[in-house]
Amino acid sequence: MELANIEKLVEKYLDATTTLQEEATLKQYFTEGNVAPHLQEYAYLFNYFAIAKNEKFTKTIKLEPKKSKKKNLKLWSVAASIALLISVFVGQQQYKEYQQRKEAERIFAQVSKGLILLSTNLKKGEQAVANLYTYENTVNKLLK
Amino acid sequence: MKQSDFLKVVLPFKDKVFRLAKRLLVSTEEAEDATQELFFKLWKSKEKIADYKNVEAFAMTMTKNYCYDRLKSKQASNLTLVHSNYKEKDASLDKKVEYRDSVNQVHQLIENLPEQQKIIIQLRDIEEYDFDEICKMVDMKPTAVRVALSRARKTIREELIKKHNYGVS
Repeated sequence: MELANIEKLVEKYLDATTTLQEEATLKQYFTEGNVAPHLQEYAYLFNYFAIAKNEKFTKTIKLEPKKSKKKNLKLWSVAASIALLISVFVGQQQYKEYQQRKEAERIFAQVSKGLILLSTNLKKGEQAVANLYTYENTVNKLLK
Repeated sequence: MKQSDFLKVVLPFKDKVFRLAKRLLVSTEEAEDATQELFFKLWKSKEKIADYKNVEAFAMTMTKNYCYDRLKSKQASNLTLVHSNYKEKDASLDKKVEYRDSVNQVHQLIENLPEQQKIIIQLRDIEEYDFDEICKMVDMKPTAVRVALSRARKTIREELIKKHNYGVS
């Protein structure tokens, strides 16, 4: 390609108005050697681009090991939350039972206290009635 | 999508992802880690990949964003960039070494460009993507891409001329 044309393309290149094809032409010209001295700096530039394009990712891409690790973490968190839920549930149940038992004991104590009161009072009444009977008996005896 | 299908879709552009990551993160190890991480991410969202028309462009955008995040977190944790060991040897008399040094210099010059220009130079001049594709990848208007690219190219050229006139190499 003649120099005038290359110079024109270089101008366009600097203004970023070249097409990919034109850039390919430039790349070819500057990497082939035989570069006009006043355009030498472009040779460095395009040679660098060519070299840089050849760099490769040499390691193999792993998709599995990290995945299982993260999955494990997820599983563990699920297990932990379930355990927490169960323990809260069971704890609440137990607490309710405890409350109920306490309530029952309280009621039992009240009831028995009432019954005791009732029975002592009943005894007093019985005594009085007994006294009344003896009184009536003696009165009857005297009257006869 | 099975693993073999996934790899068939994804492997052709693994080098491009790696090169872009290296351009932004500088060190090879970091770029390798980033590439690994990105493909893992892609694998995780493999169900969605089937819906994308252009997986490659999507992957490049992801790479760009991921590297930005990495750079940000690196700055936050006060880590300095690992210096790249481009062979900036003492000026050699050998013409060939001199030539190679000049080519390496280009790497250094691109290194000094702003992030955005770096990406665009990488995508256009090295990976040879279409302007439309680049616009999608970097999420910019075509004119903005052209301006950034033109600026980057001119900067590199001026720096190269400067170095040569001062006889650095």
